[in-house]
Amino acid sequence: MEPELLLRTFAAALRLSTPLILCAMAGLLSERSGIVDIGLEGKMLAAAFAAAAVAAVTGSAWLALLCGIVIATLMALLHGYACITQRGNQVVSGVAINLLASGLTVVLGSYWFQQGGQTPMLTDLGRFRPLELPGVALLNGVPVLGAVYRDLISGYSLIVYVALLAVPATHWLVNKTRFGLRLRAVGEYPQAVDTAGVSVPWLRYRAVLLCGLLTGIAGTYVSIAQNAGFSRDMTAGQGFIALAAMIFGKWRPYPALGACLLFGLLDAVSIRLQGVRIAGIGEVPVQLIQALPYALTVLLLAGFIGKAVAPKASGIPYVKER
Amino acid sequence: MSGARPDLPRWADIGLIPLVNVLLAFIVAGLVVAVIGESPLEAVQVMLSGALGSGEGLGYTLYYATNFIFTGLAVAIAFHAGLFNIGGEGQAYIGGLGVGLLLLGLDHSLSWPVLLPLAVIAALLFGAAWAFIPAWLQAYRGSHIVITTIMFNFLASSLMVYLLVNVLNEHGATSPESRNIAETAQLPFITDILGGFGIKMAHTPLNLSILIAVLACIFVWIYVWHTPWGYELRTVGQSERAAVYAGVKPRRVILVTLCISGALAGLVGVNEIMGVQHRLLLNFNAGYGFTGIAVALMGRNHPLGVVLAAILFGILTQGGAELSLEMPNIDRNMVTVIQGLVILFSGALAHLSRPWLEALFALLSRRRPSLKEA
Repeated sequence: MEPELLLRTFAAALRLSTPLILCAMAGLLSERSGIVDIGLEGKMLAAAFAAAAVAAVTGSAWLALLCGIVIATLMALLHGYACITQRGNQVVSGVAINLLASGLTVVLGSYWFQQGGQTPMLTDLGRFRPLELPGVALLNGVPVLGAVYRDLISGYSLIVYVALLAVPATHWLVNKTRFGLRLRAVGEYPQAVDTAGVSVPWLRYRAVLLCGLLTGIAGTYVSIAQNAGFSRDMTAGQGFIALAAMIFGKWRPYPALGACLLFGLLDAVSIRLQGVRIAGIGEVPVQLIQALPYALTVLLLAGFIGKAVAPKASGIPYVKER
Repeated sequence: MSGARPDLPRWADIGLIPLVNVLLAFIVAGLVVAVIGESPLEAVQVMLSGALGSGEGLGYTLYYATNFIFTGLAVAIAFHAGLFNIGGEGQAYIGGLGVGLLLLGLDHSLSWPVLLPLAVIAALLFGAAWAFIPAWLQAYRGSHIVITTIMFNFLASSLMVYLLVNVLNEHGATSPESRNIAETAQLPFITDILGGFGIKMAHTPLNLSILIAVLACIFVWIYVWHTPWGYELRTVGQSERAAVYAGVKPRRVILVTLCISGALAGLVGVNEIMGVQHRLLLNFNAGYGFTGIAVALMGRNHPLGVVLAAILFGILTQGGAELSLEMPNIDRNMVTVIQGLVILFSGALAHLSRPWLEALFALLSRRRPSLKEA
């Protein structure tokens, strides 16, 4: 492969990884606090719809981002209410949120915009466009560095950089702060946190709210940065791939980032390889590459690649009087 | 799945609370319809007459219900063992693959009465096989069944795309579909059977598979409540530790239960491939696996409840299609919204109404203390 193409593939991989990274961090925060979240997909989809709808009506990308975050956070609160306050089954609640998002976005979308569930195509106004970092022109003449800087480091929309910042931020929050210590404790052994006089529900609600915030940004990215509008079920299982990446990273921010980048790269490569014949192998079935993230995650969970242990109290509602 | 709270009479616990939960789901769905600017009551009327008002509507309703019974039973039997199988989607897909492969291989040499039992076996085996790996991982390696079955749903869909694009599609055709199976190998439609007795009915996809669905219900009822294996299954569901003391091997029970669950979901393939589509194609399983969760929750994991809930969702699916024609503002995905709401209110928020009802019953019994003593 020529270096030019290689650079472009890596850049495409980073673009494809962005919603995964945001959702993986969202899921990580939620699950480290003991709330299993298979509703990442639904929250991202709802946010994508809200953002695209607002952007189409107002033409403001920032307002769209705000609305995406608000909607995802409201859904996260619903999940929190069902799991924390009502002590309901967390998986069931996640499934409900996914179905609600999948249905409501199309029902409301086709009523409001009369385009079969799509939102109107956005022009550059109302989208997060790729940014050109300062110095691209300056470095353009420099051999390797110029191309790397232009194609690999500069030229993404703002949200991509936000996603990359979200990883150290999550790491810092979970591992270096008092809140993070309590968060991890509440996901492993909530009784201890309760005994220390810290509110288990309030900690978990804050984790769930952060999860809503990040999925909201992810959804906004999908509909108004990566694409120029919303179409039905456009997140296409990325929330579940993010979930897989989070597990693959063993519920830790940096390994999860690695998994997201790997899965994004697989996606980018599978798009590149569509219909391409490789000497000696023949045509590589694209579906095989697309299935790899899921297969790898199953292998990991089976304990064949290291060991993935979920936070001990995840999925179990906390009952005080126990 | 919930701890027993004795403050409510049994009939209220079994009958009233589920009813209130479903009612809440429908009230919220009605609000959505009202937001869209249509009358919820009128919408219900259109749906009911669309689903039950004609032979055609009824046929479609029961055809959808057939699939929902299979996936609903699959989720329900796993719930009894304390397991959550959300892989019905993939298991149904692969079950259909089994039926399709069998029919594509044998449709010219055998006719449907011989092929039907074989197809049922193929669907059961393929569905069970797709559940086997997650089941084994759950039982012996402790990998969480929810995550692995989600992964297997996606794996199934990748596998089917690969097979239909590269292997099974008709030579020279661009669409990802197999060839049609011979007419003699197709399951007869109920319309044609009734036609043989001189009863005329509009043509619908309803076919003989609905009888298999009834048999599956009876099987689950007998298996779960009237066999030693069912007893073990429910014991594991109540408490794995107690099951071990009772001499039950939880791992084996988990493995067997999930395989049965997958096999039941696989039967969707008989209805879809042998009964309706008559060829292998993409996404014939669309959404049935997830609706199964709503059906099982609403039907309280009992076969009779599953049948009733499956028919209700059949009505919603068929009525929803009719509704989107009558009221173009309401997309047919409204059914998905209702499914989500039912899962939310009957599943995750199942105890929402309990404190209110408990207070109500306490009030009533204080007024008439004689009732409590009796």
